[in-house]
Amino acid sequence: MKEERKKRITQLAIWTWTWVATLALATFGPEFIWTADSPLTSVSIILNFLNGALMIWANRNLYNHYDELERKIHLEAMALTLGVAVIVGLTYSLLDQKNIIQSDAEIGVLVGIIGITYGVAMGINTKRYS
Amino acid sequence: MNNRVKELRKGKGLTQEDLAEIIGVSRQTVNAIEKQKFDPSLNTAFKMAKLFELPIESIFLSED
Repeated sequence: MKEERKKRITQLAIWTWTWVATLALATFGPEFIWTADSPLTSVSIILNFLNGALMIWANRNLYNHYDELERKIHLEAMALTLGVAVIVGLTYSLLDQKNIIQSDAEIGVLVGIIGITYGVAMGINTKRYS
Repeated sequence: MNNRVKELRKGKGLTQEDLAEIIGVSRQTVNAIEKQKFDPSLNTAFKMAKLFELPIESIFLSED
């Protein structure tokens, strides 16, 4: 069980880091490595998208290896994160549309909130059952 | 739900890690079951019943 778990975590780590690398390539490549109108821009974005799909597959693969308590912990954290993402995301968007906030709404802010919410929910849930 | 998992595990001379490995769950799950913070699935309960050679109702006790 431990060996299989290690294998699946390694797979997820590989696809996560390559996704981060291809995201960086698609973001900074047109600015620093090739020209913005190069076909390489589209290729790097497609590559990043496909890499992201593999990362999702690896994450699902790891989730399917969790036992019943681990699944419960992750599921509760995901449910909370989904709720927070929808509510905070739409409120943030409204604040931007109605010009109540100075800056434009950035997707990175929402991704950050999702990450923090999931991490905190996982921490609290893990402590609850330990 | 109350249970006798800790007592039965110790009776068999097993650690939480050993029991977790045998029934195919994590050590954290065995710990949560023993502390009665989490009720196991029917599948896990059957595996424990088989290991301890006892009926499920002798291991897991209803609070009613």
